[in-house]
Amino acid sequence: MEQRQAFWLPDAASTYAGDVDALFYFILIVSVILFAGVMATMVLFAWRYRRRSAADRPKPVKENKIVETSWILVPTILVAIVFVWGFRVFIHMNVAPPNAMEITVRAQKWSWLFEYPNGVRASALHVPVGRPVKLTMSSADVLHSLYVPAFRTKMDVVPGRYTYAWFEATRQDTFLLMCTEYCGQQHSMMLSSVIVQSQDDFEAWLQEGLLAADASPAERGEMLYTQQGCLACHSLDGAPGTGPSFAGLAGSERVFADGTRRIADDNYLREAITQPATEIVEGYMALMPGTYALLEPDEIDALVAFIKEH
Amino acid sequence: MSTAGQNYLSASTGVRSWLLTTDHKRIGILYAIAVATFFLLGGIFALLVRTELAAPGETIMGQDAYNQAFTLHGVVMVFLVIIPAIPGILGNFVLPIQIGAKDVAFPRLNLFSWYIFMLGALMALSGWLVIGQVDTGWTFYTPYSAEGTSSVLWLTSAVFIAGFASIFTGLNFIVTVHKMRAPGMAWNRLPLFVWAIYATAIVQVLATPVIGITMVLLFLERLLQIGIFDPALGGDPVLFQHFFWFYSHPAVYIMILPAMGIISDLMGTFSRQQVSGYTFIALSSVAIAFLGFLVWGHHMFVAGQSALSSIIFSMLTFLIGIPTGIKVFNWVATMYKGSVSLKTPMLYALMFLFLFTIGGLTGIMVGVLAVDVHLHDTYFIVAHFHYVMMGGALIGLIGGLHYWWPKITGRMYSETAGRIAAVLVFVGFNLTFFTQFVMGSRGMPRRYHDYAGLLDQYPEFAAYNLASSVGSFVLAAGLFMILAYAVHSLVRGKKAPANPWGAVTLEWTHTGPIPDPHNFEKVPLVTRGPYDFHLADDVLGAAASASSESQDNT
Repeated sequence: MEQRQAFWLPDAASTYAGDVDALFYFILIVSVILFAGVMATMVLFAWRYRRRSAADRPKPVKENKIVETSWILVPTILVAIVFVWGFRVFIHMNVAPPNAMEITVRAQKWSWLFEYPNGVRASALHVPVGRPVKLTMSSADVLHSLYVPAFRTKMDVVPGRYTYAWFEATRQDTFLLMCTEYCGQQHSMMLSSVIVQSQDDFEAWLQEGLLAADASPAERGEMLYTQQGCLACHSLDGAPGTGPSFAGLAGSERVFADGTRRIADDNYLREAITQPATEIVEGYMALMPGTYALLEPDEIDALVAFIKEH
Repeated sequence: MSTAGQNYLSASTGVRSWLLTTDHKRIGILYAIAVATFFLLGGIFALLVRTELAAPGETIMGQDAYNQAFTLHGVVMVFLVIIPAIPGILGNFVLPIQIGAKDVAFPRLNLFSWYIFMLGALMALSGWLVIGQVDTGWTFYTPYSAEGTSSVLWLTSAVFIAGFASIFTGLNFIVTVHKMRAPGMAWNRLPLFVWAIYATAIVQVLATPVIGITMVLLFLERLLQIGIFDPALGGDPVLFQHFFWFYSHPAVYIMILPAMGIISDLMGTFSRQQVSGYTFIALSSVAIAFLGFLVWGHHMFVAGQSALSSIIFSMLTFLIGIPTGIKVFNWVATMYKGSVSLKTPMLYALMFLFLFTIGGLTGIMVGVLAVDVHLHDTYFIVAHFHYVMMGGALIGLIGGLHYWWPKITGRMYSETAGRIAAVLVFVGFNLTFFTQFVMGSRGMPRRYHDYAGLLDQYPEFAAYNLASSVGSFVLAAGLFMILAYAVHSLVRGKKAPANPWGAVTLEWTHTGPIPDPHNFEKVPLVTRGPYDFHLADDVLGAAASASSESQDNT
């Protein structure tokens, strides 16, 4: 797991990242040469032909056909090269290999949810190393964009339609995944990670994620806590987040922004999930989406049970 | 009115004489005051944004305030500064004189444009104060913009109204250039600034209605609940992006073409040499004006449009990139065997060449499909368009203002102060935005209020952001210094001669130090091209010139 020392671009960890980087560096080097040439000529001319007297009367310069033709042809050839090259790599990046493992991605303000073929859901993207992964993405609210710099992968996530992305990770490690399409208040907090594991570790993780048929409501709640993205705002250790921590929440006395108080019993917890905007705890803002009202009744029971355990 | 011996500033006085003026020169100054005010405002928002980003975590404001600050920075700078700046200020002041006209074709419409612009501008700013905050970014992407309060509709209406000012100004210039040229002012004798403003005017007239249409559709969607852009109503959010960029990409040319015109004039005048490739630059401006309509999809390579569309848009983008590159070669070649004077305006012209070349080359970078996937919506894009929009359009404007300042005000400014400020602007600009290229390449997304969560994997973002923020304050210091010596020049500046630069276009050769209300005492007769310094005995003295052809100079 040796990290390639990166000169300009970040560390690369997908199969096509090398292709993108080669093209990037090619354009960078040609650009630097062109830029240095133009600037050197500019400075040279400004110095060589500097005004020596206010009465200077330079003769008009005849236009030189060879020079003019060359400065039309050379850039045209260069952009033709980078266009064709960029187009070939782009097609490669756009067409997922047929053997790719499919993962569904659901984005919402401001969390990511990844769903696997066997029904396991997670808020971080676990993938096996060395195997192509195809993401089928949709958004519950506004535009988002899934971006993994280390993979050179980016695709907008659009409400009302599916978009796709694929990659094959080349190294076991954890990589930052972020939202790069502005999506409102907590856009910069909409982060997750890609956890690249060996095929065996990944399979094991996938099996662990399956809930036993006899799981208790609290165990199902723990699963939902991750899957529904609750963890993005509500900690379990008492640390303050965007929302109140779950630690010691059940049974405590809640003080609301309007000064009223209420004991956090089961019904309070239920309403806080389904109608989050009605009672705002002092020191917090009304940011929680109302979409959790759509959870199944047994899912709400499970979450309440989970919160009560903390 | 009889104004013998009077200039356009002294011919009449009082607030009324300014607010009801139909003199294109005074309207130019009205634009200058308005745009300078908005530029200050937009700049303050920029400094707020950079200050917040100077360190990870919350520095001076929360997420909501930050999101509003970058939205206002974008809206103000794009719609109230860069789009109206050069056509409104210098186009109005300089273009009619350069073609030997008494005024623009429709002087009252010209004044009306300014009022429309002010109405749009004040609506945009009052919306922020009165109605509520907008935090959608200047791009107003749906469906996020459809969720917000009604202030988004208010702001977009303001953009819609300001758009009409742009259309009227464009219309005015097109007719003026076609119908009002002085005798002898053939098309191939038009200064390249006129060609650039003419090409811009075409884009203003053709493209601006599209943003109007888009805003009307946004309105109809909200009022009648018909699905156009909102997926919840059966609309398509990507359609909004197509509409938006179908205007906003041509708008990029509304912003940059006039600056290219200024640079052509500066390179010619301060090199005392024919502008290399005159015909190419003139016609390619018009060609770019039309081609600019065909490349909007390059903003959407990862937005969910088809791969085929992306490929076509990428190819067209390169087609438009080539003539722009050739222009840079032409500008540099203009100095060849010239007589180069490095006065402040020329420093800005050379600065433009430096910054705009970087902006252009990085434009090729993001036009390449596979590379854009990685760079899209990162700070690389932010840096790229600031190099083009600020390093190109605004540096061009600042160069032009320094060049025409003596003609506009009748005063000179301190050359020393001008050069020091130019260095500050150059250093500050590059420190601010070059660091953004690096962090963008490494994955720093744009429109992030905070990057603390990214530092685990990318610890270098902290240093780059801090450097960029420091740079923004150096840049601001340079800009404030310009303001300071400009004010000093107005009050205490040396009286300017009629032609301090030895330029050979009509605004310098045929008007007094400050032009009279009707520009010329008699209609000038044009006998040479705009950069025919070898024929300009009247300006440069009969010296060593082989040609004795001279121009009627009254």
